[in-house]
Amino acid sequence: MSILVNRDTRVICQGITGKVGEFHTRGCLEYGTRMVGGVTPGKGGETVADLPVFNTVAEARDATGANATMIFVPPPFAADAILEAVAAGIELVIAITEGIPVLDMARVMPVVEQSQSRLIGPNCPGVITPGECKIGIMPGYIHTPGHVGVMSRSGTLTYEAVWQLTQLGHGQSTCVGLGGDPLVGSSFIDILKLFEADPDTHAILMMGEIGGSAEEEAAAYVKEHVTKPVAAFIAGRTAPPGKRMGHAGAIISGGKGTAEAKLEALRDAGIEIAESPADMGAAMARAIQRRG
Amino acid sequence: MKIHEFQAKDLLRAAGVPVLEGKVARTPAEASAAFAALGTPVCAVKAQIHAGGRGKGKVVGSEQRGVELAKSAEDAARIAEGLLDKTLVTIQTGPEGQTVRQVFVESGCAIDRELYCAILVDRAAGSPVLIASTAGGMDIEEVAAKTPELILSEPFDPDRGLGAYQARLLASKLDLPTKSWRYAEQFFRALCQAFVALDASLLEINPLVLTSAGTLVALDAKMTFDDNALFRHKDIAALRDESEEEPAEIRAAAAGLSYVKLSGEIGCLVNGAGLAMSTMDLVKHHGGEPANFLDVGGGANVEQVTEAFRIILSDPNVKGILVNIFGGIMRCTTIATALVEASQTVGFSVPLVVRLEGTEVEEGKKILASSGTSIITADGLTDAAQKIVAAVKA
Repeated sequence: MSILVNRDTRVICQGITGKVGEFHTRGCLEYGTRMVGGVTPGKGGETVADLPVFNTVAEARDATGANATMIFVPPPFAADAILEAVAAGIELVIAITEGIPVLDMARVMPVVEQSQSRLIGPNCPGVITPGECKIGIMPGYIHTPGHVGVMSRSGTLTYEAVWQLTQLGHGQSTCVGLGGDPLVGSSFIDILKLFEADPDTHAILMMGEIGGSAEEEAAAYVKEHVTKPVAAFIAGRTAPPGKRMGHAGAIISGGKGTAEAKLEALRDAGIEIAESPADMGAAMARAIQRRG
Repeated sequence: MKIHEFQAKDLLRAAGVPVLEGKVARTPAEASAAFAALGTPVCAVKAQIHAGGRGKGKVVGSEQRGVELAKSAEDAARIAEGLLDKTLVTIQTGPEGQTVRQVFVESGCAIDRELYCAILVDRAAGSPVLIASTAGGMDIEEVAAKTPELILSEPFDPDRGLGAYQARLLASKLDLPTKSWRYAEQFFRALCQAFVALDASLLEINPLVLTSAGTLVALDAKMTFDDNALFRHKDIAALRDESEEEPAEIRAAAAGLSYVKLSGEIGCLVNGAGLAMSTMDLVKHHGGEPANFLDVGGGANVEQVTEAFRIILSDPNVKGILVNIFGGIMRCTTIATALVEASQTVGFSVPLVVRLEGTEVEEGKKILASSGTSIITADGLTDAAQKIVAAVKA
């Protein structure tokens, strides 16, 4: 078991004829993902990496039975690509694209919420269930099958955490990159629910960062609803204030968003804290050990 | 991307948001002429810099404030003289302050009450939100922390805009007289429309003024735009004033890099924003001070990495560089080749510690090992941090 993706997931790539889309489609194929096709408007009938290319997502779905999509469409057209995937009824939409205008995402969010689709990202590394299915840009070899669920707002920081877990002998059930943009399809809480319900996930490691209040909300959820051991790291403890968070950005969360506030909320929920980025795997190990 | 107050007001005026008449002046004579042309008994002379807190800010070496009232053309010239080409320090500029290159001379108005409003995209609501408060003219972050009940917020759909009822709801909660509600409706709805049409990421009006005539006017305007949407707003991109920005940060942006200058001595070159922030945390954890945040992004090439080195080395405080790459899209061979090339073309003398992991890591390490450069390689984060801190302190 795992969450979101497994060996039966049938995946298409939107933007497969682009350089990056093709490179990572090949990477996913090499990992063993069941890639079944791709979509680029106007390039239907071509093949990339021996996979059929379709003009529309609906055609690709009908011809291949795809139930997941990986989006590499350039930023000006990416929100539309997400909407197309949702309209075609694709269950899992993973948007890798970085740089989508935030108001484009504000238009996409309510459509996704009212649909049967789940959106991961944008601006994320993707989702991987080690040994079964990789959808995204993460290096496959650092992962190993196991029982720790991993989720993060940052791509390369996730790789770092996974690598530490693997070296400590803790394999992963599924690793989910939520995405670094202000508006993303799935939150920590959405994924916590899935990990808590998944019998194959025994512990959860999360990586957050300064800004917003997603980590505080996740901490409150863990305190109330999560029975499995949880460890966390917050990036940006030493970041100077005001550089990335807008002035009014701090208002809506009523003074939340600092690393200190997040760490306090996480500790209060009984979550094991990684004191440095080199300590993420070890913090997970401590949390598991503490529960016996 | 930020713009000046006078530019924001031009955009707002065109969008139907009530603002006062004003003129930009780059010399005291122009300020004097502006006062005469505006023809009101009192004008505000306002320093134009990309930072807030100007009213309480002071010019270095004098008592001159960043915003002052002028009662005559001579007054306007005197205030402009005290500001132009001077360094203004406010709560938002940091102690080094910012040079004032132009002032905005704005006609006065009779103020009944000062309010606050802002629009931003709220992560939790998943939509833009109009925020308003009766605590105008004050430090709004302090208001939010101490009296969150004074902060009102109304989320709105970008395409439907703010509902008239939402504007009335705010007007009622702000305790505006009912005769002013139609002005509130017009003001708030036009403001929300402008935010969406211009792809702003922050639009802050502090203070928003209720005039004694019962109308609403934006007395100040601060606008920040979504960099990701500038491709569809060439006219706004043209408003960029690079003299207001850190030169190294402009250079970095031109090369597609994300760079923030800090005050330490260990330059950091990392891929991914989260890992870049964590690398700064790590350096500090081991007793060093980061000189910068630098994210080379997911798919950097040799030219970008070389430019990243040049930017880091342009900071005279840098005594050593830590490269931390976990390759996903970025292949370790790309970064290794770039490191070797950069060390040859840029020719730096400070110690360079490199930690590579991820896609094509073995080939990348081979490139470094066979390069004949003095690059120090590290295994893992702790090893890398210890090596760079030791090298800088040696």
